[in-house]
Amino acid sequence: MLREITLGQYYPSDSVIHRLDPRVKLFGTLLYVISLFTFRNVVGFAIATVFLAAMIAISRVPFGFMVKGLRMIVIVLLITALFNLFLTPGKLVVEFWIFHITEEGIASAVKMAVRLIYLILGTSLMTLTTTPNQLTDGMEKALGFLRFLKVPVHEIAMMMSIALRFIPILVEETDKIMKAQIARGADFETGNIFKKAKAMVPLLVPLFISAFRRANDLALAMEARCYHGGEGRTKMKPLRYQKRDAAAYGVVIVYFALLIVVRIWL
Amino acid sequence: MSIILDKVNFTYSPGNAYEKHAIRDISLKINDGQFIGIIGHTGSGKSTLIQHLNGLVRAQSGAIYYNGEDIYDRDYDMKKLRQKVGLVFQYPEHQLFETTIFKDVCFGPQNQGLEPKEAELRAFSALRTVGLPEKLWYQSPFELSGGQKRRVAIAGVLAMEPEVMILDEPTAGLDPRGRDEILEQLARMHRELKITIILVSHSMEDVANYVERLIVMNQGQVMLDGTPRQVFAYYRELEAVGLSAPQVTYLMHELRQKGLAVDADATTLEEAKASILRALKERR
Ligand SMILES: Nc1ncnc2c1ncn2[C@@H]1O[C@H](COP(=O)(O)OP(=O)(O)O)[C@@H](O)[C@H]1O
Ligand SMILES: [Mg+2]
Repeated sequence: MLREITLGQYYPSDSVIHRLDPRVKLFGTLLYVISLFTFRNVVGFAIATVFLAAMIAISRVPFGFMVKGLRMIVIVLLITALFNLFLTPGKLVVEFWIFHITEEGIASAVKMAVRLIYLILGTSLMTLTTTPNQLTDGMEKALGFLRFLKVPVHEIAMMMSIALRFIPILVEETDKIMKAQIARGADFETGNIFKKAKAMVPLLVPLFISAFRRANDLALAMEARCYHGGEGRTKMKPLRYQKRDAAAYGVVIVYFALLIVVRIWL
Repeated sequence: MSIILDKVNFTYSPGNAYEKHAIRDISLKINDGQFIGIIGHTGSGKSTLIQHLNGLVRAQSGAIYYNGEDIYDRDYDMKKLRQKVGLVFQYPEHQLFETTIFKDVCFGPQNQGLEPKEAELRAFSALRTVGLPEKLWYQSPFELSGGQKRRVAIAGVLAMEPEVMILDEPTAGLDPRGRDEILEQLARMHRELKITIILVSHSMEDVANYVERLIVMNQGQVMLDGTPRQVFAYYRELEAVGLSAPQVTYLMHELRQKGLAVDADATTLEEAKASILRALKERR
C-alpha cells in the first residue's frame, strides 16, 4: 500500500540518462525548472513538452511508474488550480453566488496545473534515474566552492544522503508495522478524524523507536570506521565527466536558449 | 475445520522493475490441530505465504477457504478471520507500543470489542501461558530482552484466542536457550490449548523435534510436504536448495554406510540414540 510513494525513489534501468554524471542532471533539472516559468504561449509549452517527453522516453522508466508520483500532489494541484480559477480578475465567463470565473482565470489555472505537473515529472525523472548516493555526490562536488564560505558542504551532503537512504527503509518498516497491528485487529481506515488520529499511535510509537534505534546504530557504525567528516576523505568512485556529459550539457543549454528566444520574440 | 489454499499466486509490484513473483501456484490443506513447520531459504516466500492465511495480502489468483468459506467473498468478515488466524510477525519491535506490557497485550482483545474487564482477563491468561514472570507485567515492553519481547508479542496475539496461530521465525536472533524455551512453550500451547500452530523457520534443526508436518518452500513453491521423517529422507535434495537436514540425519546415514544397521530415518536425538543402541546390541 505504501509502496506507491515514488518520490525520491530510484528506478533501476540501463539508459543514457541513468549513466549521465549527476552534476549534469542536477544542472539540467535546475534549468528545466526555471524554463517552466519562462514560457507564456503555446510554442514554449510545446517545446517543454517535447523536451520532457523525449527525456522520459530515453530514460526507459515506464510512464505509469512516473505518474504514480503525481497522485500525491493531486490535492495541491486542485487547490492551486481552484485559487487561480476563482481569484483571477478579468473578463467574466461564468458567475454564481460569490464565485466569478474569468477567461484569465481559466488560462492561469490551466497554465499553473501544467507547470506543476511538468515540475513534478521532471524532478522525479532526475531522482528516478539517479541513486541517492550519486545525487549527493553530485551536489557535494557541484557546491564544493561554498566550502570557502565556511559552509559545511560535505556534512550537508552526508546528511542528505542518509535521509534519502532512510526513506525507503522507513516506508518498508511502516508497512510491516501496519500489518503487525492489523493482525491484532487494529483499524486504520474507518472512523472520524479523531479516531483515525488515535489509531496512529500503535503505528507511530514502534516507527519512532525503530528510527531512533537505526540512527543510533548507524552513528555507531560510522564512528567505528573512524568517520570524521569530509576532510581528507577520498572517494572510491570519484566523479569524472565523460563525452556524453558534455553532449548532455549542450542539449540542455540549447533547450533553455530556445525557450528564452521564444519568450523574447514570440 | 481447515484452511485450504487452491493454486494461490502472488506477485509484488507487478508490472515494473521491482516485480517479484513470490508465491507460485501453492495448493495446501491445513487441518485442525496440527503442529506444522514451514521451512525454506530466506526469500523463498514463507512470510508472503503466511500473510495470505489471515488476508493481510491478497492473492492475485487462486482461492483460499477458511472452514469452507471463501475468504475473498465480498461479504466475508476479514476482521473475524484475523481474530481466528493469529499472526505473530518476526520482529516483536514492530508491534509493541503501549506503556506497559499488560496494556499492550490488551490491545488485541480490545480491538475485538470486548469489555475492558474481559480483555484484561484474556491478557492475564495469555501472559500466564507464555510464561512471562508476573513482576514484569507492569513494566515498559521496551526494556525487555529479545526472548521476553517475543513472548509478549506472542501473548498479544494469543489473547485474541485464535484457532490457528502462525509464528514467523519466532526463534530468529535468540540464543540456543531462548530458542528452546520458546519452542517448548509453543509445543505446550499446542498440547494444552489444542490450537493449530504453524511455525515458520529457516532452520531444520529448530523444528524437527516439534512439528508433525513439514512444508518445505523453495522459490515460491512447495517443494516437499510430509512428516519430518519423510522430508529428511530427501536430505540431498534439501542440500541442493541451501537447506540442510538435522545433524542426526547425516550421522545416521554415515553410520549406515559404514555398515551399522541403524534406522536412517531417525529425526530427533532421542530416536537416534535408541536406534544406535539397538543396532549395537544386535551386533554383539
Ligand atoms: N513488501 C515486499 N515488496 C516487494 N518484494 C517483497 C516484499 N516482501 C518480500 N518480497 C520479496 O518476495 C520474496 C519472498 O519473500 P518472503 O516471503 O519475505 O520470503 P521469506 O519469508 O521466505 O524469507 C523475496 O524475494 C522478497 O525479496
Ligand atoms: Mg520471512
